[in-house]
Amino acid sequence: MPTVTMTVNGKKMSAECENRTLLVQFLREKQGLTGTHVGCDTTQCGACVVHIDGLPVKSCTTLAVQNEGAKIVTIEGLAKDGKLHPMQEMFREHHALQCGFCTPGMVMAAIGIVDRHKGEPTLAEKTVRHELEGNFCRCTGYHNIVKAIMAAFPLMKG
Amino acid sequence: MANAGIGQAVRRREDFRFLTGTGTYTDDIDRPGQVYAHIVRSPHPHAQIRRIDTAAAERASGVLAVFTHDHLAADGVGGLPCGWLVKGKGDKPMVEPPHPVLATGVVRHIGDPVAIVIAATRVQAADAAELVKIDYQMLPVVTSTAEATRPDAPRLHTDAPRNLCYDWELGDKAAVDAAFARAAHTVTLDLVNNRLVANAMEPRAAIGEYDRATGTHTLYTTSQNPHVIRLLMGAFVLHIPEHKLRVVAPDVGGGFGSKIYHYAEEALVTWAAKKVGRPVKWTADRSESFVSDAQGRDHVTSCALALDKDGKFLALRVKTVANMGGYLSTFAPAIPTYLYATLLAGLYATPAIHCEVQAVFTNTVPVDAYRGAGRPEACYLLERLVEKSARQTGIDRAEIRRRNFIPRAAMPYQTPVALQYDSGDFVANMERALKVVDYAGFAARRADSARRGRLRGIGLSTYIEACGIAPSDVAGSLGARAGLYEVAEIRFHPTGSVTVFTGTHQHGQGHETTFAQLVSEKLGIPIENVEIAHGDTAQIPFGMGTYGSRSIAVGGSAIVKAIDKIVAKGKKIAAHILEVAERDIEFKDGKFQVAGTDKAMSMGEVAFAAYVPHNYPLKELEPGLDETAFYDPKNFTFPNGCHICEVEVDRETGVVDIARFIAIDDFGTVINPMIVEGQVHGGLVQGIGQALVENCVYDGASGQLLTGSYNDYCMPRADDVPSFQVETNESAPCTHNPLGVKGCGEAGTIGAGAAVMNAVVDALATVGVTEIDMPATPHNVWRALKNAKT
Repeated sequence: MPTVTMTVNGKKMSAECENRTLLVQFLREKQGLTGTHVGCDTTQCGACVVHIDGLPVKSCTTLAVQNEGAKIVTIEGLAKDGKLHPMQEMFREHHALQCGFCTPGMVMAAIGIVDRHKGEPTLAEKTVRHELEGNFCRCTGYHNIVKAIMAAFPLMKG
Repeated sequence: MANAGIGQAVRRREDFRFLTGTGTYTDDIDRPGQVYAHIVRSPHPHAQIRRIDTAAAERASGVLAVFTHDHLAADGVGGLPCGWLVKGKGDKPMVEPPHPVLATGVVRHIGDPVAIVIAATRVQAADAAELVKIDYQMLPVVTSTAEATRPDAPRLHTDAPRNLCYDWELGDKAAVDAAFARAAHTVTLDLVNNRLVANAMEPRAAIGEYDRATGTHTLYTTSQNPHVIRLLMGAFVLHIPEHKLRVVAPDVGGGFGSKIYHYAEEALVTWAAKKVGRPVKWTADRSESFVSDAQGRDHVTSCALALDKDGKFLALRVKTVANMGGYLSTFAPAIPTYLYATLLAGLYATPAIHCEVQAVFTNTVPVDAYRGAGRPEACYLLERLVEKSARQTGIDRAEIRRRNFIPRAAMPYQTPVALQYDSGDFVANMERALKVVDYAGFAARRADSARRGRLRGIGLSTYIEACGIAPSDVAGSLGARAGLYEVAEIRFHPTGSVTVFTGTHQHGQGHETTFAQLVSEKLGIPIENVEIAHGDTAQIPFGMGTYGSRSIAVGGSAIVKAIDKIVAKGKKIAAHILEVAERDIEFKDGKFQVAGTDKAMSMGEVAFAAYVPHNYPLKELEPGLDETAFYDPKNFTFPNGCHICEVEVDRETGVVDIARFIAIDDFGTVINPMIVEGQVHGGLVQGIGQALVENCVYDGASGQLLTGSYNDYCMPRADDVPSFQVETNESAPCTHNPLGVKGCGEAGTIGAGAAVMNAVVDALATVGVTEIDMPATPHNVWRALKNAKT
């Protein structure tokens, strides 16, 4: 079995895994990072979104071995010194989560949306809804998730 | 504390763990020495099992064991029990066919479990499962609800002729026939209530563990009701007494009904853990969820409303065929009967109602309660029928409802279908919704849409649901095989903090926050000093769990009852210490006060005295401050409301856009408005999902599930739905529980479908389309438009 090395949430990590091991399995089973969830097997639900070299990616759709040397950030790596990331904070403030299962992927995808539009003066609700297409939530009806992302936009623009 | 009590939008205390990836869902748990199970499932909807060859699988790398039905039978493992006995016409009991944990002889739906492979790793189990050879002899298939009872339909169970589980009725048929005979208007409608898949985002999972030293079994499972699972699995399937069986439902990622039931996999991992001497974990992948989680709805209905010349409803007649799937799931028989026909009065004073329901077996995944459970089906047909009546009689859709609503002054109101409504102001809710939507301005909005080449429609729906399930004696008389009370324990600790043990279970509802608010306010202690515990039978005295919007109405009431016991005991303690008569002690704002004086003890001081009883009435009172209450509701609760939807339809593509959606709901007293609104939003999207995009489809000829993944089963996405305007009306609280609460979990799903479809029909009616079934997908709408044009 090959050994894969990557930087996860700022720490260098190595583990042996089969070639067929998906990144999400590698993170959950080899690194114990169970915050990243598996909600489907067809790359649609988005519960497994992590950041790979700064971009949001569904970690069920890339093999661990493809990420040799990559910088991965998972939901566990967002809060710094016990302080939530503004996106996490806005999810809490606007009740953008219920059962919490889609939340890690949703937050990672949401940060990606804001990152993509940071240079623009405003972020339209329509844009947020369209770019959230890759993430399912069965609890919130998206209403408060959209609100939270819109509220995080000015905070993350800085 | 002032900003953490009842009525405050307290931010959720459970959020931190979910936002930081530190929640503990079942699949996140690894037990020492754990091995993995893979279930071998039938790829065929109906087939005879001629032979199972497990030899190659047993030899595969990492495999510990492969088990089939014969192994279970040798250990005396029972079948999966059904929790509700429905009696049909003439008191005839329903047909209750065996529901084996692993199939024996015949498989009856795609996904029917046949064998379980246990191996050292997840992939080894999956790889070995492919080596299990099963020789199937195909049998003819029936998946269609409407065709199940045809004489030529293949029979699923030998004891169920015409695949009939029961033929049931409710109401006064003679009165209904007489009313139809004299009606000025008769409005008829044939409807399909499409089958849905619950699709909680967390797939089901289970870990079984056996402790040889103590003989104790533990099951970690994705359940909405761990005590119910312990009872059903322990007593009926594995024959393990409760004191040797612990069931833990940790963080659970959504349920919507699909995690109520006792499933085969729970029994399999619990049983297998003892056989192989290792903890056994099973986690469904999503494809497996599509063929093994109980599904929802699936009714075919003909209904008719009789009206007098002024548009007053005289009688309602409903005939429904309800699909049970291949076997009876835990609560399946109750859904299209006692949670459906009993709601057919809706908000209306219809004097005569008669409903007949035939429940049928088909070669499909079992159907059971899915968010709303029977009540969305009732609301849907009734509100479609009312809207059609408005069109047919020429009476405005709001006016015809106004003329028929049960007035607030008529409460309590006995319906002709068994329920007694206790409260509600139906007129006020609709008038408010009409005002918020600017009903009078609709014509102008429609004209504006038309200028942009789009068809605009508006649809109303009003709903009522029976929640707070249930008075145990009533439920028992209707066939429930369990009590339906709820349990709470309030345990004060010596230095004044509190742990509340509740038999309800949260899987998104925010009980850890809402219940803490309630306890903080009632006991006058800071919310930080209150911890809510749930989901572990080793910790919680007992409980029936969370479904049917019951947690606050029944579970919250149990908490209040336990609080009352705490306060009663606290008064005795305070009276002794303050040297006054018990009747002179008043409890208010967390203080036991001698009436008319400034002599008082805080709640914390009383708790300390109870645990350090140096100055304490030891002769008459036990030390400690820990009270348990069982609350059995006096009646159901009746959340109700009015939803209004406006849609725009693109004539060229058939795409339906929801332009506006307003929900005015009466949930009685609201503890946390933020959480309640969140419940409504989520419910609405599940209702809208059914109306516009979701549909579970089996191929009629092959019986194959055509919508077995998210590629084919359309889940509502963020850009399929709008933002909502939601309000609650707290002016008509529940009259029979101590908080005045009614429950809010299912309301959105119940009302939304009819509002959306009424709006779609209203839009399409302008170009000659009069009826369309759910889901109103672009294809279905486009086809309807095309057919109307030619």
